[in-house]
Amino acid sequence: MHIIENGNVAAALGVKLAGAQVIAAYPITPQTPLTEKLAEFIEAGEMRAQYIPVESEHSALAACIAASSTGARAFTATSANGLLYMHEQIHWAAGARLPIVMCVVNRAVGAPWCIWNDHQDSISQRDTGWIQMYACDHQQIIDGVLKAFALAEATSIPVMLCYDGYLLSHTYMPFEVPDEGKVGRFLKPFKPPYALDPANPANLNTVTLPDVRMDVLGEMAHGYMEIRYLLQEDLRAALSVGQEIEDEFASIFGRGGNALVEPYRCDDADYVVVGMGSLTYQLRDVVEALRDEGHKIGVLGIRLYRPFPDQAVAEALGAVRGVFVIEKALSYGYEGALCSDLKAALYEHLVKGGGNGGPAEDGRDRGQPAFVKGLVAGIGGRDIRTLDLTDALRAGMAATAGGGAKGAPAEERPDWIGIKL
Amino acid sequence: MMGTREYRYKTSHSLPGPGDGGRTGSWRVQRPVINTELCTPCKRGAEACFICWLYCPDCVISRTVPPVIDYEYCKGCAICAEECPTKAITMVDETDSHEGDEASSARADEAAPPSACADEGPRPCT
Amino acid sequence: MAAKTTILTLPKEEFVHPGNRACTGCGLSIAYRIGLKALGSDTILIVPPSCLTVLQGLFPVASTKLPCLNVTFASTAAAATGMLEALKAQGREHIKVVGWAGDGGTADIGIQALSGAAERGDDFLFLCYDNEGYMNTGVQRSGTTPRGAVTANTPIKGKMQQKKDVPAIMAAHGIDYVATASSAYPLDLYDKIKKALSLQGTKYIHIHTPCPPGWGFEPRYAIKIGRLAVETGYYDLYEVEKGEFRLTGASEKLVEKRQLVPVGEYLKTQSRFRILTPEQVADTQARIDRKWGGYYRTNE
Repeated sequence: MHIIENGNVAAALGVKLAGAQVIAAYPITPQTPLTEKLAEFIEAGEMRAQYIPVESEHSALAACIAASSTGARAFTATSANGLLYMHEQIHWAAGARLPIVMCVVNRAVGAPWCIWNDHQDSISQRDTGWIQMYACDHQQIIDGVLKAFALAEATSIPVMLCYDGYLLSHTYMPFEVPDEGKVGRFLKPFKPPYALDPANPANLNTVTLPDVRMDVLGEMAHGYMEIRYLLQEDLRAALSVGQEIEDEFASIFGRGGNALVEPYRCDDADYVVVGMGSLTYQLRDVVEALRDEGHKIGVLGIRLYRPFPDQAVAEALGAVRGVFVIEKALSYGYEGALCSDLKAALYEHLVKGGGNGGPAEDGRDRGQPAFVKGLVAGIGGRDIRTLDLTDALRAGMAATAGGGAKGAPAEERPDWIGIKL
Repeated sequence: MMGTREYRYKTSHSLPGPGDGGRTGSWRVQRPVINTELCTPCKRGAEACFICWLYCPDCVISRTVPPVIDYEYCKGCAICAEECPTKAITMVDETDSHEGDEASSARADEAAPPSACADEGPRPCT
Repeated sequence: MAAKTTILTLPKEEFVHPGNRACTGCGLSIAYRIGLKALGSDTILIVPPSCLTVLQGLFPVASTKLPCLNVTFASTAAAATGMLEALKAQGREHIKVVGWAGDGGTADIGIQALSGAAERGDDFLFLCYDNEGYMNTGVQRSGTTPRGAVTANTPIKGKMQQKKDVPAIMAAHGIDYVATASSAYPLDLYDKIKKALSLQGTKYIHIHTPCPPGWGFEPRYAIKIGRLAVETGYYDLYEVEKGEFRLTGASEKLVEKRQLVPVGEYLKTQSRFRILTPEQVADTQARIDRKWGGYYRTNE
């Protein structure tokens, strides 16, 4: 069934379809319509779940952590400072290997107070051990919730599904609501490997020593380092698990394809602009305009940001002359985190990996891009005008055109698109 | 999907058992020794009193006649000696005790006389 | 009212393993051991960082036979809510959910979540063991450290402020059951936990647990000092059941006897009070006398 609704409702419908059993949330703009909708579904008897109106985001994730540890499928959602207030719990949920799903309705973080969209909130949670997915439209939100639960439960790793505040959360778009029967085939009931149970007592998340130690059965148990190593191992493996789940979803619902990156007109591109979230769809218009001017440029949307799809990114960018990364967040004091991650991936796979193999059969260089240019846009909800994006990319390409394959951009640091200083 | 055992080792998932702190009996400098001639359940030959069992912080005194102290884990806090209403439990220096840990606690004749400080009442450490 | 439990009727089954890491003479250990007897096996515990985390064991060994979820410092009560709802969603409501936190995890960092859960009336029991300081981190002051106590971060002048009255705060939430207890009165604690478990909604029990290293006394006196706290009227045993306040057990008897032990007798047993001047002791006595004057009047 196709409906026209806003992104928060798309998320709520996804959570309902996924059969979340415990939902705990604290109000914060622009997340509120999502959790209000869930409360309404539950009070109206349309959804069998427990809704906990907690007194803080810290408690929201605490409730989900306990619910998940007790064997229930748990969901929460937040934005901005609410997400930051959860930070301790975010690490905790990953370390405890709990398949919680959280929608992050992306919003700028204070100070100063700013309720509008950027990605600083979720990017600031990059290193917590969660899987991070970014949705570009309402279809990806509702489908993404289902995929997020599937991926979380397959890997025992929590998943953040991030989507842009207002731009997606409050705008109306048509999308298809997945059929309930098909959802049942895609997402099996939650059966955790262990749920707290007096008949089978265990003490979870106990103080864990630096070194390994014998357990009561006479087997050697891990130290903290081994437990954390396994989290990293399983996060890296989540790249392929995520793709398997994407394929499974596509076979049942007939849409989707690439769980990691979403390329658009990249096949013959000299330049690729990289972004996350709704911006990547806006960039498609920019690319079309620049193509009309004769520039061979494409867009690469990052759908899965953690674990970082380094291989897929390097493969997509191995043949291009230059890369532009446009971000709505910064690692303050350096550059956008995505830009750094992307450069590391290119170094790893193209430079270290011996990518300078000269022109391939199709005549295109299989070296590494001559430059990666970081750009910052839309901080605190500043309008990202398509015209500004077009100008910035055109200028960026022009700055390197004369330098051939090895030409470097004039500025090393990220340019701020639309800054008014 | 991970199995339970594998899952246990991917998380901090502890199973119940004694001796997490090791053989905590080694913490002791004095051991409690029960004088069965003074101990109420011993004298009566029936379940009675068990104040030592009630107050023991470490579950190392059995609720039996006579009560038996598990010296493998008894930390020697002396609460039992302090609270025993018939003063049937005395604290004996470990250096004066050459009995193995398996020995019965009910050794009235071997008990050293109560130390001078036993009746002074609570006082601060300095 | 159920018959009072005696030593001989107290369940024999133990839920705590010996050889755990609690300090010698730990007041919490006594309350925990007796408390778990009252809770029984069909219980899941939730514990934030505290001495109890250490007592309960380091991975992969648990010193408790009950299942337990260790949670972040501030989140005990919120986790209890999440657990309750998860059990409800799975048709396992018969399992009791019990949060067991120290005074820091209750009165200070934990109070927001606790207040939230109590306001929602979530059906669980919260037990606070009050050793009157951050003992696990090396004896720093907490909201429930009493006035005048020397701690690691009030090292010279002692704590200048009064003890936060957490049971009164909890009673102000209008929950059906709030009680105080002491590890020196384990049977009273046992009966209060049993009563709490028979009631619906959020229940709160505050347990005074003498701490030999933190308070500065020899382990053997842990019970005597806990008892002195009650006999001097310094720490009172009471219940607030459906809004009705009632002194219980030893404190109730003190109202009849009207013979409080002078508080100096309690204070002098612990090195943490070593800096108190005679004037400060007299001031503490005057505060106790005012409080007890009120108890006497309501009992006339």
